[in-house]
Amino acid sequence: MKVGDICTILKGEMICGEDKIDHEVEFAFASDLMSDVLTVNCNNILLITGLSNVQTIRTAEMSDAGCILFVRNKKISDEMRALAEEIGMPLIACPSTMFRAAGELYKAGIKPLY
Amino acid sequence: MSFEFKVEGGDFTHAGYASSQVKKMLKQLGVDSNIIKRVVVCLYEAEVNIVAHARSGVIYVALEADYINMRLVDSGPGIPDIPLAMQKGYSTASKEVREMGFGAGMGLPNISANADSFNISSVPGTGTTLDITINLNSAF
Repeated sequence: MKVGDICTILKGEMICGEDKIDHEVEFAFASDLMSDVLTVNCNNILLITGLSNVQTIRTAEMSDAGCILFVRNKKISDEMRALAEEIGMPLIACPSTMFRAAGELYKAGIKPLY
Repeated sequence: MSFEFKVEGGDFTHAGYASSQVKKMLKQLGVDSNIIKRVVVCLYEAEVNIVAHARSGVIYVALEADYINMRLVDSGPGIPDIPLAMQKGYSTASKEVREMGFGAGMGLPNISANADSFNISSVPGTGTTLDITINLNSAF
């Protein structure tokens, strides 16, 4: 699924990485525990999280994630946005809960990892 | 090639900077992306551990033709019981560290799972040294 389609399905907002709206992600992983994200043995995932801090961006960078989706209208700081722009990581923010976001994306074809 | 990075305890804003620099360097050198991921996951976990637990630390990275060695030396409380610290789920992390998404007792086991060689030595009350080596041409 394209990053732009994820944004449309969840009525989200592209915070940065508009140049990557056609980037495709096949799998998603939802977690607020960054330690757990670092154990995922799959690249280019969509990371769905409610944890909004700089280390969320860093964890996605180290995990080779393809996009981060922040749920529940979490505030994305300027620092987070600057780091995401620097490493070329698209960020989406949406109003849905993590459960709803994961459910809608699963229904639309994004695959789970396990 | 060798590199050195200083890490400040408690500085979660800059945690991951060293790992990011090493990732960029390995990408530029054309190292296999799966190996890069193992290297930076190990280094990032260890870097975050210094920020989460120690007063300060230094990361020494030695890049050779067929392997990378990362030695992380910190000044901090040390680890009194290393086998216990290596158990999944065991953590002494503070509430603040857990709120950052870490401190679930998964870091050291994850380093062990990704490294080709991993050693910890620690002096309680003084500090901890992690020695991590990953072969750059391994199939894993």
